[in-house]
Amino acid sequence: MTILVIAEHDNKVLAPATLNTVAAAAKIGGDIHVLVAGQGAGAVAEAAAKVAGVSKVLLADNAAYAHQLPENVAPLVAELGAGYSHILAAATSNGKNILPRVAAQLDVDQISEIISVESADTFKRPIYAGNAIATVQSTAAVKVITVRATGFDPVAAEGGSAAVEAVSAAHDAGISSFVGEELAKSDRPELTAAKIVVSGGRGMQNGDNFKHLYALADKLGAAVGASRAAVDAGFVPNDMQVGQTGKIVAPQLYIAVGISGAIQHLAGMKDSKVIVAINKDEEAPIFQVADYGLVADLFEAVPELEKLV
Amino acid sequence: MKVLVAVKRVVDYNVKVRVKADNSGVDLANVKMSMNPFCEIAVEEAVRLKEKGVATEIVVVTIGPTTAQEQLRTALALGADRAILVESAEELTSLAVAKLLKAVVDKEQPSLVILGKQAIDSDNNQTGQMLAALTGYGQGTFASKVEVSGDSVAVTREIDGGAQTVSLKLPAIVTTDLRLNEPRYASLPNIMKAKKKPLEVLTPDALGVSTASTNKTVKVEAPAARSAGIKVKSVAELVEKLKNEAKVI
Repeated sequence: MTILVIAEHDNKVLAPATLNTVAAAAKIGGDIHVLVAGQGAGAVAEAAAKVAGVSKVLLADNAAYAHQLPENVAPLVAELGAGYSHILAAATSNGKNILPRVAAQLDVDQISEIISVESADTFKRPIYAGNAIATVQSTAAVKVITVRATGFDPVAAEGGSAAVEAVSAAHDAGISSFVGEELAKSDRPELTAAKIVVSGGRGMQNGDNFKHLYALADKLGAAVGASRAAVDAGFVPNDMQVGQTGKIVAPQLYIAVGISGAIQHLAGMKDSKVIVAINKDEEAPIFQVADYGLVADLFEAVPELEKLV
Repeated sequence: MKVLVAVKRVVDYNVKVRVKADNSGVDLANVKMSMNPFCEIAVEEAVRLKEKGVATEIVVVTIGPTTAQEQLRTALALGADRAILVESAEELTSLAVAKLLKAVVDKEQPSLVILGKQAIDSDNNQTGQMLAALTGYGQGTFASKVEVSGDSVAVTREIDGGAQTVSLKLPAIVTTDLRLNEPRYASLPNIMKAKKKPLEVLTPDALGVSTASTNKTVKVEAPAARSAGIKVKSVAELVEKLKNEAKVI
């Protein structure tokens, strides 16, 4: 068995989610190869070669792969991946965009967002916003799978010494082009990688009030998230959304501020190690999953918390 | 131009589902069913394209049981012109659904196909991408903005850490994210009118599509429950617990 892992990267840096994906591959067992498709992504390939457990890195360096356009990358992955037992990618916006296109090209069903490996052909994944866990078995010759990073502890980024092999295959479908990108600039850690996450909900009342959460987050070295209610109300952008329809996080500490705890929000954070809820409504469902609940006015509690930590 | 919108009948998003005692699936008996929320956004986007004069006809399609006609009627009430039900009582995988949709695309030849990014029951997030692969069209997934101009469409996509804009040649596939639009409610006169709009019923056999699958659901369980902890009385007590008991700060 040989497993192909698709590297998540920005042509410069190998994203941490790749390490969780390699961990899932290691659980399946067999040789692990990593594909780096990009442009000028040599440094990424070298980083991937050092990842513990990786035996070979394939580097497909071509202008057509610069922006991970699925119309170009999926045919490459389908071509290279056809001889593998499994193709794995992180369930990031890139992985979710590209991998189903690969699966359809290989004429196999995909298994999305696995959270555990039961055996080489059987996996667990959440359905119904995490309200049920399905065990799914695949009979496909090539098993195409996206991996939820929070389900697997990352492998070590150092320690391996895989060979890097250049792949010349160039696929340019010519039907799509990259126009532009607007990435939120922040000195805070990325939501899905942060050890501490502070999130605000509708109780924040407006976007300006999130400044209280930013101040607390900066003191704790935390990322800031939000509930879907806060996003829908226009307080903060959607890329801050934690929940089934947003980001799935599992930090060491999750502080939910002014969040009632809708099912869809809980689905995105209930695997956090320690959950703190601050809400003035003592009946709020969030308290049913919180390790520590504080019934208080957040506008008093959050500044006080910021002073004391 | 013609726009094809694919929708799915799913358990209503307000329903808290329960796993069946025999672990064969979730209990959907006597549970409220609705149009998948992301599919409502897809219908709304098509209707707005028609209101802007970009789209000339909206065809809505679903793959599902006879009862899925309810969701098609909803889409017709919201502004779709006609509907197609590909009737299948079995639960199909995303690939099977994508193959059936491909057959409908071949028949209808739309310039744009809009789908929800994922269904809130199976949470797969696959069908649009798979349909794009099977048709060979470009894909604009997780869209927060869609602008058609001439023979191409610019799609702004929600990605990790921000937004990305791509340009796709038409015909193309778009899947919707939450912020693309806010779906309207159907008015009573439009609900009445929708009853008279054409609704065609097809079968996978008639479309010549095999719905065989390489995935099998072995078991469905309830997730491990998380038990409630304690209530603290003050911020000072909270900080003390986090430092000395949980040791996370």
